[in-house]
Amino acid sequence: MYQYDQYDQSMVDARVEEFRDQVKRRLAGQMTEDQFKPLRLMNGLYLQLHAYMLRVAVPYGTLSSRQMRMLGHIARKYDRGYGHFTTRQNLQFNWIKLEDAPDILAELATVEMHAIQTSGNCIRNISSDQFAGAAADEVTDPRPWAELLRQWSTFHPEFTYLPRKFKIAVIAAAEDRAAMRLHDIGIELLRKDGVLGAKIFVGGGMGRTPMISHEIRDFVTADELLSYLEACLRVYNRYGRRDNIYKARIKILLHELGPDEYRRQVEEEFAKVKTLGIDPPVAELERISAFFAPPAFETGLSDVVDRSDPDFAVWLDQNVKPHKQPGYAIVNISLKPVGGIPGDASADQIDVMADLGERYSFDELRVTHAQNIVLPHVRKADLYAVWQTLTEAGLAEANLDLISDIIACPGLDYCSLANARSIPLAQKIAERFKDLDRQRDLGELKLKISGCINACGHHHAGHIGILGVDKKGKENYQLSLGGSGAEDVSLAKITGPGFDEDGVVDAIERVTDRFVQVREPGERFLDTYRRVGFETFKEAIYG
Amino acid sequence: MADLAGDTDNLLRFRDDEAHDEPAITLDSFLNGQTNAGAVRLEAGDDARALLPSLEQLALVEVSFPSFRDGRGYSAARILREAGYAGELRAAGDVLVDQIPHMRRCGFDSFAPEAPVDSETLKRSLDRYDHHYQRAADAATPIWKLRHG
Repeated sequence: MYQYDQYDQSMVDARVEEFRDQVKRRLAGQMTEDQFKPLRLMNGLYLQLHAYMLRVAVPYGTLSSRQMRMLGHIARKYDRGYGHFTTRQNLQFNWIKLEDAPDILAELATVEMHAIQTSGNCIRNISSDQFAGAAADEVTDPRPWAELLRQWSTFHPEFTYLPRKFKIAVIAAAEDRAAMRLHDIGIELLRKDGVLGAKIFVGGGMGRTPMISHEIRDFVTADELLSYLEACLRVYNRYGRRDNIYKARIKILLHELGPDEYRRQVEEEFAKVKTLGIDPPVAELERISAFFAPPAFETGLSDVVDRSDPDFAVWLDQNVKPHKQPGYAIVNISLKPVGGIPGDASADQIDVMADLGERYSFDELRVTHAQNIVLPHVRKADLYAVWQTLTEAGLAEANLDLISDIIACPGLDYCSLANARSIPLAQKIAERFKDLDRQRDLGELKLKISGCINACGHHHAGHIGILGVDKKGKENYQLSLGGSGAEDVSLAKITGPGFDEDGVVDAIERVTDRFVQVREPGERFLDTYRRVGFETFKEAIYG
Repeated sequence: MADLAGDTDNLLRFRDDEAHDEPAITLDSFLNGQTNAGAVRLEAGDDARALLPSLEQLALVEVSFPSFRDGRGYSAARILREAGYAGELRAAGDVLVDQIPHMRRCGFDSFAPEAPVDSETLKRSLDRYDHHYQRAADAATPIWKLRHG
């Protein structure tokens, strides 16, 4: 894992003092709320329905056990004893007092953490593959590149007042576990003629106008990557729309200019920018990469796991994934128990996961965009012990990628933008499908719920997506089908008129029943949907 | 910090030369007639690159910030400095004290904020960070350069 040097540490320490000063001036009335808002947002502090919400950055979703414990400590000391893991691999505290925020940031800084640029119209936390460094299919570990981008984007003087927020994802595997194509910029690392470089996609995003990104450059080498990204951002900063907040994302600029014209403008800018000496030497990427060297894996370990406990065997099949190192496995901890709040973990559970990471996974944990936690490097011989501990802590739900592994935004229970509640609906769906045998029979089925058109719950990318809307003062839910945030990226299509809360649960069941009738052996729901088409399911829903 | 005294109430200058006293004209006027002017004002949507052929003759470029949320002027400033402009570069309009450090890094060396800026707050703000991660239009040595020489 990356470790701060004196420069990184002084940066976050200074940021704490800067924010302390800003809060003091706000509380003293020297700033209006309008003037304070972009400053607090740049530090992840939102004013929500009931309280301030603080979003803590988890760069590329990687945490040490010490950092994870700090999140538990903050949940206990400053919040109501829990935290919420987000679809951007961050963590949110929902019940924060403004006057406590500087102290929380100071505590975070002691474990090399911060809340910098977790909100605001700036470059947000860089997201990545939660299996980085452990996945068998990766070309390289994407995290050193993500860390390089974290540093470059931190307090970038030119790109702090962009037209709108800006999200970047970096992956390095054929399988896309980070919804890379639905980011403002998606970076896929690959080798070309033996040289490692980046393919650049621009203009993806969800929100009210979902779009899949365009490939803008097939290859840029590490020593020119930052210049290229500066060119991409500069064209956006200058020409992205500022007249309408709903048309301000870079995807709209790409849509209006067309990808060819955008590419031409970026290349013109890049030709100038790359001569300015803004790219760090390759030695800097090498310095960062050294922190991500593989841990000291044992060799000669057995791959045999005792499956005699049937509950353990189910969890093993569902939540444990292959590791590139023989004798090791990747453990997924589901934060989606039936009846729970998707992505929430109590302070005690956070501590349990931190302990497991320290004891069994080389002191590392990951946050996934599906709001789960990963122990990336667990010896197969330790899996049973890990499972037992998770079971005692209520963290052994064996539902990874199944219909109850729901992504849901906080919705109207917390969020001031929401039109409808997401959490109670997620709970009702999980309850309806709580029989695990039935869920496993349905197989991989990604269900995603957003409580408003801003699409924080990724409903456009759901195999089944649900959007909560306000219909004449009543919560109403639109159902859509066929989305994917993975390498087979697609946008879901709305089925027809919406439903009330119970109605949408029934409609989902009509969809899964039809799937069971028409599927062919080995097909996932998405495969069947793509083969038989939208109308078959629409007919099942509406008759 | 450089001399903060200016010739108007809110003008903050980080230059040693005399403030240019000729009023800035619009980009349109400059390009279509008054081609010998020494001071130009860029509105947020104007293309700073249109000035590049004339940088030698300009003593002042004023960049307008109609709202503190409108960040186009940061790019305009960098484009001018990257092209070698050495004259006064002024940020004018809705410029807030917490934005001035970033503006300095983008190459602005004078400020005409609509509302007065508290000088103590500004001083704290400008002295806050010892180093920066990126190379920008100021003289700061980026952290990667400090690490690798």
